[in-house]
Order: sequence, then C-alpha cells, then structure tokens
Amino acid sequence: MMDGSKFDDAQTGEQKIRNFNINFGPQHPAAHGVLRMVLELDGEIVERVDPHIGLLHRGTEKLMESRTYLQNLPYFDRLDYVGTMNQEHAWCLAIEKLSGVEIPRRASLIRVLYCEIGRILNHLLNVTTQAMDVGALTPPLWGFEAREDLMIFYERACGARLHAAYFRPGGVHQDLPPKLIDDIEAWAERFPKVVDDISELLTENRIFKQRNVDIGVVTEQDIQDWAYSGVMVRGSGLAWDLRRAQPYECYDEFDFRIPVGNNGDCYDRYLCRMEEMRQSAHIMRQACAKLREPENQGDVLTRGKLTPPTRSDMKTSMEALIHHFKLYTEGFRVPEGEVYACVEAPKGEFGVYLVSDGTNKPYRAKIRAPGYLHLQSMDHLGSGYQLADVSAILGSLDIVFGEVDR
Amino acid sequence: MTEALKDLGTHIELKRSDCVLGWQITRGELTVDVAPANIAGFVEFLKTDATCKFSTLVDITAVDHPGRAKRFDVVYHFLSMYQNQRIRLRVGLHEDDVLASITDVHPSANWFEREVFDMFGILFSGHPDLRRILTDYGFRGHPLRKDFPTTGYTEVRYDEVEKRVVYEPVNLVQEYRQFDFMSPWEGADYVLPGDEKTEGSAK
Repeated sequence: MMDGSKFDDAQTGEQKIRNFNINFGPQHPAAHGVLRMVLELDGEIVERVDPHIGLLHRGTEKLMESRTYLQNLPYFDRLDYVGTMNQEHAWCLAIEKLSGVEIPRRASLIRVLYCEIGRILNHLLNVTTQAMDVGALTPPLWGFEAREDLMIFYERACGARLHAAYFRPGGVHQDLPPKLIDDIEAWAERFPKVVDDISELLTENRIFKQRNVDIGVVTEQDIQDWAYSGVMVRGSGLAWDLRRAQPYECYDEFDFRIPVGNNGDCYDRYLCRMEEMRQSAHIMRQACAKLREPENQGDVLTRGKLTPPTRSDMKTSMEALIHHFKLYTEGFRVPEGEVYACVEAPKGEFGVYLVSDGTNKPYRAKIRAPGYLHLQSMDHLGSGYQLADVSAILGSLDIVFGEVDR
Repeated sequence: MTEALKDLGTHIELKRSDCVLGWQITRGELTVDVAPANIAGFVEFLKTDATCKFSTLVDITAVDHPGRAKRFDVVYHFLSMYQNQRIRLRVGLHEDDVLASITDVHPSANWFEREVFDMFGILFSGHPDLRRILTDYGFRGHPLRKDFPTTGYTEVRYDEVEKRVVYEPVNLVQEYRQFDFMSPWEGADYVLPGDEKTEGSAK
C-alpha cells in the first residue's frame, strides 16, 4: 500500500519524536581540553547542557596541604597553563599580604611586565582557537608565531617556556638582563601590527561575524547571577577590571584603557580581547621604559625570611648559608590567619583563599578560578541556540581545564 | 578603606543582628561570622541592601578543623561591583549539620556547593542537583577532609586482559613520604619510631 493512507506505524512508541542526547567531548577539538558535555537536542536546537567536569582533577588543593609554601608555587603554573605567571602572582600576593612583606619596586615592575605578557599569550590563544572553532584555520597559525616569541621571553627570564615558577613570594626569582628588556620592548612595538593582521582576517570576515554576532549574549543581570568576571563582564559594557578597580602591584601608575563591548555577544568579547592585547603591549612598553630608569634599579627580592640570601652572602656568611639551607628544606612560615588575594588574570578574577596555621605549610588553600564559574553557566548561555553555536560560545568563554578542574 | 569597612560592618550588624555573631577587620578584609540558621536570608539581604549590594558571589569553600566541635567552617566570599567592596562570611557547622543552599539567591552557587559537598561531604538543603562534581563517577569519600589520605583508597589502570579500566585498592611500593622539616628547636613535636610507648608510660 503506497497510497499514503497508512501512516499509523509512524506513531509507535519507538518512533515518537523525542529529544536527542549527545555527548560533546571529552575528545572533541572544540571542547578545549577534557570537557564532557551532555547536550539534549531538539533537532538542531540545544535544550539543555550538562557539563561534566573533573576529568583533569589532580587534587591540587589537597596536595598543597602537605607541601611548603614555596613548593606549592609551581602548582599554580599547572592550573591555567596558558598564562601561567598570572596565577603565581595571586599566590605570591596572598603570602605577601599575610606576612606583610613589601616587594622591591623593580620586582613589581617585572611582575607587571610578565603579567601582561601572560595576558597576550592567553588572548592570542583564545581569540585564534575560537576562530578555529568557527572555521578559520589561518589565525591560529599566525597567533602561535607571536606566542612563540613570548614564550622565548619567558624562557630567557626563567628558563621555562610555560611552567615558569618565576614569581616568588618577596619578588621575582632573577633580574632581567638589559638585552631582554630591549628585545621585549622592540617586540611590543611590533606587536600591534600582528593584532592588526589577525583583525584583518577576522573582524570583518562574513563567516566569522555570522557565527559570533548575537551569539551567547550576556546581560548585566547574567553577570551578577552567574558571577562573571574579566572579559565576560567587559564584553557587556561594564568597565570592571581589578587592575583599575582594586589596584594591586603598581598598576595604578600605568596608563591603559579598559575596552568594553556593547552587546555582550561572542563578537564583542572577541573585540575586547583584541583591544586588550593592544593595551597590554602599551603597558609592556611603559614597563620596559620604567625598568631602565635609574631609580628602578636594584634588587628583585626582599631579602628576609621569605627569600634566599644572595649568592655572595652565602659564600662569606655562615648565617646566610644556614638560612639558605633552612629555607629550601623547612621553608618559611607564614603568620596565622586567613586572606583572600586576587588578580585580574586574563580569563577573569583569579583568587586564592589561604588559611594559615602558622606552620610552613598552608592549612587550606582554595583556588578560585574564573573558568569554573563561566563554564557553569553553559546551560544558561547555550540553551536555545543551535548545536553549532555551542562551540562558538564555549570558545568565547575562554575555558582552560587546568584551572576548572584543579 | 578600613573606615568604610567599619561602617559597613556596623551597618550589617545593626540591620541583621539576628544573623551576625560577630565581625572583624583583619588585613583590610571584613569577615562576618554568621549563624547557619538563616544564611540564605542573610545573603539575600547582602545582595539587595543598597549600602551592601554584594551581588557577585566570588567563592564558597570550607575548611576542615577535625579537632573542633564545630568541625567545618563554610566560607563565602562576595564582591560588590557597585560599591567596590568585598566581604567574607564564615559559618561554623557540626559534622552532620545541613546548610541551606543559596542557589535561589545566587544561581552561581550551584557548582560551588556541589564542590563543597564533593570535597567535604557537607549537605546543602534545597540544592537542585547535589551531585559530585570534580571526583570520579562513583567515587567514595570526601578528599579535602583532613582524615582522608592524600594517596586516596583506590587506584585505576587499564587491564589488558579484561580490556577495560579496573579499580583496585591503592598499593604503594613504598610508604607515602611525608617529610616534616619543621625546625626541631621551634616547637615541632617529634615522636621517634619506637618511642611512642615510653612517652605514654612516662605520664
């Protein structure tokens, strides 16, 4: 019977139209790591998003409780492994706040310089891979070339390209050679051209705009409800930046602007990140100029209980040698108390809540990662959009699993 | 800065004397000790009150003090982007106490409360979906409690014969090395192996 009168068989329980569940990840290139998202789809429309995280959980907070403060520092590189020094910064600030240590001015300038390098490293990766998620292959290739230069600057300062362990409680590990400062400055002069090139590929690109404009719109209410920070806030028109609002280190003496978006969609967040990279390069140039000034020369570590003595002291003074030995075995002690220190990491507010019981190990350290909160709202942001938009939204949230899973 | 925090602390204490047990300012941070009974109402007050406007939840976590009667401290951090202030709330809890969820006031508390449940085993009443979050599917125990060993209880490996991942009790080739470098002159309490009994009998 092919006359179309018999269609009742389409109504059996088996064939009733029902929502479709798919697993997005954990092995999906657009999942940016090990994210498993269970998506409930009504055709192409996303009805519900349930992110399953924890596949990269390494128990950082538990491990930190049995290690000394200095041994814990490298764990922070392994959280958000894209802009590593920004996290170390939060840990150092927490310890310095609790023990009341002032760091030398030169160290403070170096920290600002390297935090901005971290910001550019992060934004380059995010902007270009998000573009790759929506179909553009050239931007990541161009962006990674610039990232390579920056990682060489990391390497020249501390010997490591990613896991730097360069910021130390009380300053930074070593001073920068003058040639490195010159090279960084020359790079920062050149860099806006690289941003312009990438921008030429993307900003007016028809496909890129079709995939990003009006996708994943964030309102001011969403910002409060889902506790966004960083570019997620600035993309929606709120000029909230901890470097300005609650200045730490010596950011208050730098001249930079805070770019904000209007619509709060993926495209505006992309534009914010592009402009932030230009501003970071601007800060880097200022920092390089300041580092050359005669009044900003000197030591990069506050010589005291938290930091090792100089090499020459160790050769001549027994006390210095004992101090060095005790510092790297027992470690330093941090006064009893609790403190919350946060920095404007490239992804948003990265904070450390540190509880000390006065010994050489933290009693409890809680890492507050911005990506954790951003990913949490994936259900809120992604519902109602098409399946293909999920990867665009996820890309613009700027998720790195090292910090989400800890 | 400290003056503004003092005013804020006094204001909160006056308005909600039923919830506030005490407050102090240390290192430029305002900490308020809160009674667990009406935490959700208090957080709602902090969010809506015009002088507070703590509309962003920064963090929820807990601290385990096994020696205390009130074993857990649940710690909330809030931020006001409008007043540019931060506040910390601390709630003391007994081991089997249940705390009210604040997900109705701050939807962003959802994952934080799941994490605290996962790591410490503190239950939140009224939470829409209190599953484990960071640990493995089917994990047992609460890792961030002080009595949970750092090595855990189970380990996993891929079994070539069964062609699947198998779970086994932890088998350490050597004892987990917990070095204690605390200075012997400054209060470290060393008990040398074999001396445990003589210490006890001497007393």
